[in-house]
Amino acid sequence: MGIRAETTDEIKLDTGSNYRQNIPVGVKLIKLNKSFGNNQVLRDLDLEVNPGETLVVIGKTGSGKSVLLRHIIGLEEPDSGEILINGMDVNDPEVRKKHRFAMVFQSSALFNSLTVADNISLYLREHRLFDDESTISQIVSHTLSIVGLEGKENNMPSELSGGMKKRVAIARAIAMNPDLILVDEPTSELDPMMARTIGDAILNLRKHVEVTQIVVTHDIDLAYYIADRIAVLDEGQIIEVGAPQEIDRSTNPLVRKFITTQFEREEGGTRL
Amino acid sequence: MNSITAFFYTTGEILQLLMESIFWCKAALSNREKIFRQMLEIGNQTLPVAALISLFIGGVLALQSGPTLAQFGIEENIGGIVGLSFVKELGPVMASVLVAGRIGSAMAAELGSMSVYQEIDALKTMDINPVRFLVMPRFIACFIALPLLVIYMDVIGWFGGAVVSSVNSDINVPFSVYYRNLSELVDFSDVLNGLAKATVFGIIISTVCCYVGLKTKGGPREIGTSVTRAVVLSFILILVFDYFITRLLILLNLD
Repeated sequence: MGIRAETTDEIKLDTGSNYRQNIPVGVKLIKLNKSFGNNQVLRDLDLEVNPGETLVVIGKTGSGKSVLLRHIIGLEEPDSGEILINGMDVNDPEVRKKHRFAMVFQSSALFNSLTVADNISLYLREHRLFDDESTISQIVSHTLSIVGLEGKENNMPSELSGGMKKRVAIARAIAMNPDLILVDEPTSELDPMMARTIGDAILNLRKHVEVTQIVVTHDIDLAYYIADRIAVLDEGQIIEVGAPQEIDRSTNPLVRKFITTQFEREEGGTRL
Repeated sequence: MNSITAFFYTTGEILQLLMESIFWCKAALSNREKIFRQMLEIGNQTLPVAALISLFIGGVLALQSGPTLAQFGIEENIGGIVGLSFVKELGPVMASVLVAGRIGSAMAAELGSMSVYQEIDALKTMDINPVRFLVMPRFIACFIALPLLVIYMDVIGWFGGAVVSSVNSDINVPFSVYYRNLSELVDFSDVLNGLAKATVFGIIISTVCCYVGLKTKGGPREIGTSVTRAVVLSFILILVFDYFITRLLILLNLD
């Protein structure tokens, strides 16, 4: 079942509509390669994401994290390799018929000419999933409550802070009732408190929707906070995958370097 | 990719976008609100300026040709000359240049901005076809609105010519003579010629400006570059196609 029972009752989705229940999907990437010109971004990348889990991909800037997400959602074609969704090729039309994928972009990618409510309900309206406005309004209100933005329906994106925009983008993704949500750098350009709020929104999402999530970030604190498993990406390859505790105990020098890097003054060794 | 290959590649992509826009016209009815909004935008942005420039162009046409006609004693033909010039050439070309400058630039800027800030990608991830959602409404709006704008400019341009013809002492042709001659010389087929051109120009402007907007990559600087490129390319194509459409109409004895 997709949206949990109490939620489903609350927004009364059992009205014979096309808002079908979601099925968390498994994702498997096999020997994925991608180059832009002479720059090879992904190198024989292998990764498996289990249905219903939150996998966080961490890595330094430019390591290919966003490109990886764009491949999974179908915005980029790999030079070679396979992307399987529940064992079927991602480009198989059946996959798109059976499953819905949503992506939260680094820039939020909200439509500036539409209100928050219209942004969230865009998918529902364009695919004509509901005839009555009241159901759409209920879904919009519900998804906004999941991300802690109650009452912001009529605001324009230009009236929102960066963190609020990210949360609206998450709400827009939830409204699609997806089987897979991809989140690109959810805390970039945000202060630590807002980053925590976003982390809470992603965690809160799991209480309400059964969905597979792949989050890419260079924010190691966020990764530990929200992940079931963490994958470390370096130079276009996954160098380590495991539960947060396993990553924390990793002896791989590249992993250790990434997770322990902090600002230090040379003279005193004090954390800034 | 050398420049010749790039030219054919770009031409191919523009034609592909045109075909897709035509294909998605089947969804026009369900997107009528978006189309209507685009048409209102075209009207809001262009009607006052269109009135002003057509009034003065009509006046200038009369001012340039009227005294010469008067020298030969055939100044009563001024209505037909202004009328024909407007419906066949100046109306469609000036309206198209105006729409390209005001509406085409806005289309390229809006779609360019959406492209740069990943909004187009967001549409794709929601299985919403960007051509159906963004291009088709603009395509149909231009297709319908531009010929209407041409009729509007024709009427005001004729009036501008009539005012100058009656007020200017070197011409001195009253309104009644001006409009009688205009109605004698300007056929309905002449008006249709102008409208046919306007329809083609509307297709060119919407397709080219949307194409350039959708292809924008980079940041704010590239959005500005795209706007300039879209407007310049539209101007060039309007003038080039103006010649070929005119030639075609003459060949078909429709001119």
